[in-house]
Amino acid sequence: MYGLTVLLAIPLGKYIANVFKPESANGPLERFIYRVGGIDPTREMSWKKNLTALLTINAVWLAFSFTLLLLQGGLPLNPDGNPSMTPDLAFNTAISFMVNCDLQHYSGESGLTYLTQLGGITFLMFVSAATGIASLLLIVRSFLPKVVDTVGNFYVFFVKAITRILLPLSFVVALILVFNGTPASFDGKDSVVTMQGDTVNVSRGPAAGMIAIKHIGTNGGGWFGVNSAHPLENPNYFTNMVEMVAQVLLPIAMLFALGFLINRRRFTWVVYGVMTLGMLCLLIPTLVTEVHGNPAIAQLGVSQPTGAMEGKEVRFGPLASAYWSIVTTIISTGSVNSMHDSSMALSGTMELLGMMTNAFYGGCGVGFLNYYYYLIIAVFISGLMVGRTPELFGRKVEAREIKIASIVALLSTFLVKGGTALAVWFFVKYPDAAWAVKPSAWLNNPGNHGFSEILYEFTSANANNGSGFEGLGDNNFFWNYATGIVLILGRFIPIIGPVAIAGLLAQKKYVPESSGTLPIDTGTFGLMTFAVILIITALSFFPALALGPLAEYFSLK
Amino acid sequence: MKNYISPGIRLTLVLLVILSIVYPLVIAGVARLAPGQGKGETVTVNGKVVGYALVGQKFAEDRYFNSRPSAVEYKADGSGGSNKGPSNPDYLKTVQARIDTFLVHNPGINKIDIPTELVTASGSGLDPDLSPAATRVQVARIAKIRGISTERLNQLVDEYTRGPLIGLFGPSTVNVLKLNVALDAIK
Repeated sequence: MYGLTVLLAIPLGKYIANVFKPESANGPLERFIYRVGGIDPTREMSWKKNLTALLTINAVWLAFSFTLLLLQGGLPLNPDGNPSMTPDLAFNTAISFMVNCDLQHYSGESGLTYLTQLGGITFLMFVSAATGIASLLLIVRSFLPKVVDTVGNFYVFFVKAITRILLPLSFVVALILVFNGTPASFDGKDSVVTMQGDTVNVSRGPAAGMIAIKHIGTNGGGWFGVNSAHPLENPNYFTNMVEMVAQVLLPIAMLFALGFLINRRRFTWVVYGVMTLGMLCLLIPTLVTEVHGNPAIAQLGVSQPTGAMEGKEVRFGPLASAYWSIVTTIISTGSVNSMHDSSMALSGTMELLGMMTNAFYGGCGVGFLNYYYYLIIAVFISGLMVGRTPELFGRKVEAREIKIASIVALLSTFLVKGGTALAVWFFVKYPDAAWAVKPSAWLNNPGNHGFSEILYEFTSANANNGSGFEGLGDNNFFWNYATGIVLILGRFIPIIGPVAIAGLLAQKKYVPESSGTLPIDTGTFGLMTFAVILIITALSFFPALALGPLAEYFSLK
Repeated sequence: MKNYISPGIRLTLVLLVILSIVYPLVIAGVARLAPGQGKGETVTVNGKVVGYALVGQKFAEDRYFNSRPSAVEYKADGSGGSNKGPSNPDYLKTVQARIDTFLVHNPGINKIDIPTELVTASGSGLDPDLSPAATRVQVARIAKIRGISTERLNQLVDEYTRGPLIGLFGPSTVNVLKLNVALDAIK
């Protein structure tokens, strides 16, 4: 399955690179969009102007989707009669989908209407993924050997990402889903009397298109409450493979596209190697522990022939569920096909680590941006170690760039641990605060696992992942606003930082690589980067992990 | 700043038309050719719809193959898992109670023959499937109640077992609803 993804990703990477070459022509659809949008596709902009364009259009989406969610109950396309969202939930949801995170504090069946699923959620899924891809393209020119003030045109990158990449790929995936049983019509709930005589209402809707972009764009928010564990959202093992490939495809393809665009394939293979090594380090322990099953259940005397089954579906089994849980956390998709809250403690640790590093492939486009700041730090440290000038692609890395990279790296620690500390403080000090869910009722599990639920939520918000330990009672004032703020900072700071660094580097004089340059496309440097990622993550998060899933792991032995 | 607001709004509008109206409508149109016409495939008995093929439903009566425990009692408009952590003591008590109940309803079965999926809740709460082992462990009970031979029932399970994808990938599964419909058809 993984091999298939890589096989598809290489030609796709080549295709993407061609789409974004400056000389690549615009088709009639793009020309139409530029004309209606009032955009001059030939205009080149500086990194600051591009960032302004990016942030402004995101603000437009936020205002639009927030309003839509607040009013959805009275608007058309609401066959199930679902209510409007409360302001705090609408705030959280609008941000969450705008930033490509898709943390969901509601269930799709009862929390949204078909209008908001399509006009709010599906729309944001496309544009947030395209924003990520466009952000990556904004740093590309600093890798090329000439001094430039302009880094391209955000709007062009953005529009082409949708018309040439996201829309066609999503369409293919949606059709595969539809022919495997995923609903796509606009009919509302259907009432059925079962064989035992119970009356059940079956939720449906135009879901296939949304589920396709949810994976292609590494978004991850489900149509139904339980996401891709739902039998209509992910009907069988085949669709499970398709959805899995779909979510890994673009992050890897973008990496290869980068290699083709800057003509440094060796460099991208080294980056790819580091990322794959990181994935395997997280994947293997998870597979082993899930297939081994829950030791506490084993003590009760039943057999676990395939592994742990709580929160998992029979049609996928523990192996495919464990694989998915790692893929979705390292890629920043956040869709789930099993309930992570019920994962074994060691798997929970690995899922958290996947989101804490957030650079092993990572999200659509933004994955490499996260890797980029680790890269800057690695270049700087190894430069100091061997006594050479730290350089990245012929440009000197100096104090200002390092400062930005360090701030970005430290910020995620601050947001995750600060948020967790704040939540724990409320939980302990104000267990009866009058919110929709009282702090004392937040946690679905006692002890270390309860702490993990809090930690997971903030980690997921900061990493713009969107999966959750869903036992957490998160639809209330505190969680909606706290994670909403973490979401926005966790999205835009790691975009602004690298784009700013790249913009600054692009203005510097290009020094041709010589024997005095530290080569960054070697295995040694790859290992160095891996070590930097490992050390930063361990220093930042080990204490928190020790209190949560690691403690639970050792208590279960 | 002002120079960026107008293109932002205009781009948003044109993309809304393409992504939120045209794209889902085209898919809904093509879906009419799919089984179930994009509304979900149903299972009918004597012309009456008894359920959706993919959506699991509650079977707790002894005369049917029982489906897995569900955290939401198979409420198909409110899917959900238990979200219980592996070490949660209350959760382990629930599992113990399910084991005890199963042993009472299936005398003669040893604990070690119960596959864990029969005493743990699925992720969706709507799991439509069981593994072949989880159906076979119920055969003796159903044979006794319905007066059908165990050979016939095992044969039925075989008939309704879906093997791995192209014989290689994934677990074997049995759709509980379809199996029970076939079970009722045996006279």
